[in-house]
Amino acid sequence: MTNALKNIIYNCRQATFLIEKRIAGKITAAETLQLHVHLAGCSVCKIYQQQSILINKVFVGFENNDFKLDEAFKKTLNEKIEKEINKN
Amino acid sequence: MQNETDKEYTVKSLHSDPLSWVEKYADYLYGFAMSRIRDEDVAKDLVQDTFLAGLQRLDGFEGNSKEKTWLTAILKNKIADFYRKRSSNNLKVISAEETVQDFFDAESGHWTEKDYPRAFGLEVDNPLMVKELGAILNDCLAKLPGLWFSVFSMKHMDDLASELICTELKLSTANFWVIMHRTKLNLRACLQKNWN
Repeated sequence: MTNALKNIIYNCRQATFLIEKRIAGKITAAETLQLHVHLAGCSVCKIYQQQSILINKVFVGFENNDFKLDEAFKKTLNEKIEKEINKN
Repeated sequence: MQNETDKEYTVKSLHSDPLSWVEKYADYLYGFAMSRIRDEDVAKDLVQDTFLAGLQRLDGFEGNSKEKTWLTAILKNKIADFYRKRSSNNLKVISAEETVQDFFDAESGHWTEKDYPRAFGLEVDNPLMVKELGAILNDCLAKLPGLWFSVFSMKHMDDLASELICTELKLSTANFWVIMHRTKLNLRACLQKNWN
């Protein structure tokens, strides 16, 4: 077994790092193998991985439409624009 | 007098009517900013800055792109400025927090037992539950150091290449990944703590 492989089998810090790197970028073939071996034996990191993906989904799924400006703010905004235009 | 008339004519012939902007685009731009900043006051300020900057550059708008696209592009620049500013303000905070929060045994790299990820017991198919989780997530995001939030949001909301984010925020690649890792560890722990 290579040292890198030995090092990661019990190392959750490194495994979660690779999980993040894989989700948001890419990891090497060797790293993929290391992570695979780690996850096969570590149920805690498996939960971490599921939740990490879920967090990204929830973050990106944020509904823009749920947010509306209040009318008072819009009115002030319009007045400011009008004032700016009249300046010129 | 002649000049006055000319000027008025120029204004009228522009391809844009700023007096209709608020009604047409304010809510859209606000939602756009909110999804990337998650802070109501800052998002409001950015919308206002966008309209005012738009007025300044009205001459440059030639109607080639849609008004909405044009204003959104201005807002995107404002958001990028905000990310940069917030990141540089927070450099000290990060190093302080980094030493405080760790989730792993220093020797083995094992999860420390109190930090074990546990199942949320969440039905992923239940939109109400996901929405509730989203609200908690927003609170957790607000607690992140500014630089971390900027990195996370740029990566996921705008799907920017990591290299570009590093250049924008003056980060090394190694630092970028450390931040991505730490951000997720913290967000996850915060959700676990506040869910249920």
